[in-house]
Amino acid sequence: MKIGLRKNSQWRDVWHRLKKNRMAMFGLAVLILLVLLAIFADFIAPYGVDEQNYSEMLQSPSLRHPMGTDNFGRDIMSRIIYGTRISLLIGFISLLISAVVGSILGACAGYFSGISDTIIMRGADILMAIPRTVLAIAIATTLGPGLVNAMIAVAIGTIPSFARVVRASTLTVKDQEYVEAARAIGASNTHIIAKYIFPNVLAPIIVQATLGVATAILLAASLSFLGIGIEPPTPEWGSMLSAARSYIRDYWYMVTFPGLAIMVTVLALNLFGDGLRDALDPKLKK
Amino acid sequence: MLRYIIRRILVTIPVLIGVTLIIFTLMYFTKGDPARMILGDMATEEEVEELREEMGLNDPFLVRYGNYMLDLFHGDLGDSYVTGLPVTEEIMARLPVTMRLAVYSCALSVIIGIPVGILSAVKQYSILDNVATLLALLGITIPSFWLAMMLILVFSVNLGWLPASGLYGWQYYILPVISISAVSIATITRMTRSSMLEVIRQDYIRTARAKGQTEAKIITKHALKNALIPVITVIGIQFASGMSGAVVNEQIFAIPGIGKMMVDAIKARNYPVVQGGVLIIALLFSILNLIIDLLYAFVDPRIKTQYARKKEKHKPQELAAGGEEVSA
Repeated sequence: MKIGLRKNSQWRDVWHRLKKNRMAMFGLAVLILLVLLAIFADFIAPYGVDEQNYSEMLQSPSLRHPMGTDNFGRDIMSRIIYGTRISLLIGFISLLISAVVGSILGACAGYFSGISDTIIMRGADILMAIPRTVLAIAIATTLGPGLVNAMIAVAIGTIPSFARVVRASTLTVKDQEYVEAARAIGASNTHIIAKYIFPNVLAPIIVQATLGVATAILLAASLSFLGIGIEPPTPEWGSMLSAARSYIRDYWYMVTFPGLAIMVTVLALNLFGDGLRDALDPKLKK
Repeated sequence: MLRYIIRRILVTIPVLIGVTLIIFTLMYFTKGDPARMILGDMATEEEVEELREEMGLNDPFLVRYGNYMLDLFHGDLGDSYVTGLPVTEEIMARLPVTMRLAVYSCALSVIIGIPVGILSAVKQYSILDNVATLLALLGITIPSFWLAMMLILVFSVNLGWLPASGLYGWQYYILPVISISAVSIATITRMTRSSMLEVIRQDYIRTARAKGQTEAKIITKHALKNALIPVITVIGIQFASGMSGAVVNEQIFAIPGIGKMMVDAIKARNYPVVQGGVLIIALLFSILNLIIDLLYAFVDPRIKTQYARKKEKHKPQELAAGGEEVSA
């Protein structure tokens, strides 16, 4: 019971510090807005995602179409609103994959040391020797285009950084007396990792994850832009930009708005992530 | 120190072999039949099968990987399925272009990032600091390929000042270099600023001020030396990020570098070229990380003494975070 109380007050502390950071709160507000847009896209978007209207092709922004229409007469704003769904989904799911896999591997490496540590960390070194964009391109090529494949391609490159962070934190935690005490009363390794190690390495994982979502969204958009991620007609922002490329000379709005959408999302995630890092950093605690 | 260098080099070799295994495995499982790609749709199934046999595509995985590694140790990366030329030749023809892009971008990032970061820290909370911080934040959030398109839109399409594609002279480098370096400029600015802020609050700086040293000298002589140490790592990572950035930007600006070669090869299922491209990038990336680690140990006497003290007992900590190339 006592432990539960302490845990609460620690997170309340973090939230209290975070609340004072105006930029982080702005980021959070934008994020909430984006999530709402994604959830209620069907009600918010003025037109359907694939609603083609050949009599209104390539129209400049107007009251009827605030961001103009594309070469199929589809409303760009509606597609961007639906695209929020795809981008947030890719960002969060791929991050979840890499956070879970990376954390488990990192915790095992740090907790068990020895041969499992060597194998896991050398594997991480190898993956990190390939620039993430290039690795994602190679994986996406193998898996082929598609939403799930893009998520996996983006996720794999991020696993090593999670593994490293969690391993480092585990190493500092595992020799603490309370872990020793747990072992003394006969707790299993799984129990110790889940119950005692994991809660203590949660903070670095959360920071890494918030900033990682931004990177994942950017990376997924680049893959789609290169034509090996999510393919049209799915309204993914990167693939919208890719399709709009050939219209850059005459229809500026086609290449402008999807990019702005990516930028706003990534900016919000970065602001919030930076704020969260500062709020969780005990060095800044007064 | 020598022992550290040798050990560090020896560690790199198995990593690179691991990279070849990963890339080879990925390409092995990629859909599409190279023999069919080469012969085209008109070829009969027998002809395709014959070529498959001849190219060793029917061999088991380990045999193929073994052959690939044997060739690799002889400096042979295989032949391009499309042009028939050796992959090494194809890479060597394009590598200078990509390297030039990465070097120019890195230079631009350092020239802008470090001074702006220093000024930003020294004049904390001034208008300059706020503007620089905001721009740096935009820099790390803007997708590089979108920035490239916006630059083309403004400077090529609307103003007509700079060429949008190809590579026929110095002016063709301007837009790609700006687009690739935007993230690096922002990252280096942020890193320099935060590192500088940390240093100028330390006691020895206060001491320098107390003895009446001029502010300019304090910054250049005392603070900078320590503040730039973490920045070195970031510069290295940014150089690598420049190379990855080149992959996407070469595609947009139609620049004949490694990146465009790889993306074109992916679309054509030209695996030897993809493998070779990834391998060469990973190799450069590893060499770069090695140089940074060594440089880091060289400029920071603390690491050197720490290493001398621990020598055999502990492996030196991973000096450079290394490997994170996308802004985070």
